[in-house]
Amino acid sequence: MLEARDITVFRGERLVLDQVSLSLSAGEAMLLTGPNGAGKSTLMRVLAGLRKPDSGELLWKGENVFSDRMAYSRNIAYLGHQDALKPGLTLTENLSVFSHGASLEEAFDSFDLRPLADTPVRLFSAGQKRRAALARVILAQAPLWLLDEPSLGLDVHSVSRLGEALRHHRQAGGMIIVTTHVPLPLEDVRHLTLSGVPADDWAGEFTDA
Amino acid sequence: MTRLFLGIIGRDLRLALRHGADTLGAVLFFILAGALFPLALGPSPELLRRMAPGVIWVCALLAALLPLDRLFGSELEDGSLDHLLLTGLPPALVALAKMAAHWVTTGLPLLVAAVPMAIMLDMPSHAFPALMAGLIPGTMALSLFGGMAASIVLGARRGGVLLPLLVLPLVTPVLIFGAAAVDSARIGLAWAPDMELLLAILAGAFPLCPLAAGAGLRAAAE
Repeated sequence: MLEARDITVFRGERLVLDQVSLSLSAGEAMLLTGPNGAGKSTLMRVLAGLRKPDSGELLWKGENVFSDRMAYSRNIAYLGHQDALKPGLTLTENLSVFSHGASLEEAFDSFDLRPLADTPVRLFSAGQKRRAALARVILAQAPLWLLDEPSLGLDVHSVSRLGEALRHHRQAGGMIIVTTHVPLPLEDVRHLTLSGVPADDWAGEFTDA
Repeated sequence: MTRLFLGIIGRDLRLALRHGADTLGAVLFFILAGALFPLALGPSPELLRRMAPGVIWVCALLAALLPLDRLFGSELEDGSLDHLLLTGLPPALVALAKMAAHWVTTGLPLLVAAVPMAIMLDMPSHAFPALMAGLIPGTMALSLFGGMAASIVLGARRGGVLLPLLVLPLVTPVLIFGAAAVDSARIGLAWAPDMELLLAILAGAFPLCPLAAGAGLRAAAE
């Protein structure tokens, strides 16, 4: 369903992704691993259609994603590094824009958020914010989940909740691509390791960064 | 799509209400800046009456600039911009929704504040309709041009400095015709031609600015 061919991305002068290819079909999950700075997050942004690769192509059901990004974006649920929540708004207010007609309560229940529904997000702990961001992933009701370190700041109980949500999504035929540095409750998962660019190539990066 | 569009506007309005001090900031700036002119130029009613249209328009323009910096900046910083672009709404409409929210939270309060300001500067009452009729499309155009510039400088270093340099030249026609309409009304001339030109600017900016802003948002997210 999702196929990436020879994705290459430059950031300034630096080669971040060098001809990365992957493919994923319904019900599959893929774990992206690699050292810091290997380009995991960049690849996620490319897969989300947020960033155009400098070369290579990304296909969804055989069609080029970048010819119609609007249509593609309905198929993905993206979780970035940042939780993207407005501190001044309550949880319900934060997520209602993104609900696409789905029930907020169900998404809240998946991560035990119902008691916090009317609490302003500025009072949330880091883990609670992460759970709220994960609830937005469920709300998107999209076949492809792109999760960038979803377990960041989660406690043990929430991680098992996350595992449950991931399993549920795959049983329904969904696809998951996830980056992580810690073990996640995911069975039968495919691996893609990004090796990163050798340290020599980093020279001079900090002067013009 | 309409639901999403209105949802984004609603979210921004709710944010503006929660952070009331930020929202009032632009209006307070408008009133304070206007109040400086009598202090600097002397309290001669004749002079103030003549200056009033220009003073009100210049202050409105500068006040509308203040919140632009945060219009998209806060969305970029906390990662919300990615999610707004992934809602399936075209980026141009995301930008238009933000511009509309900017108008409601900045343009509308400025319209209201312009009345006491005009009275303070002793503007003759028969010029009020021209002032209001001009400020409505004028502030809308300011939101459109300002939103476009804000999205273009988004992610740039020193965007805050760049922003006024980009917006001010673009909105000079709005300022010229807006102030001219009030001036014509004040001395009893027809102010319809100025209004028509003002509306023509708005008609041009309405489709073009969101498109440019949408492209700016896409570029900033990359």
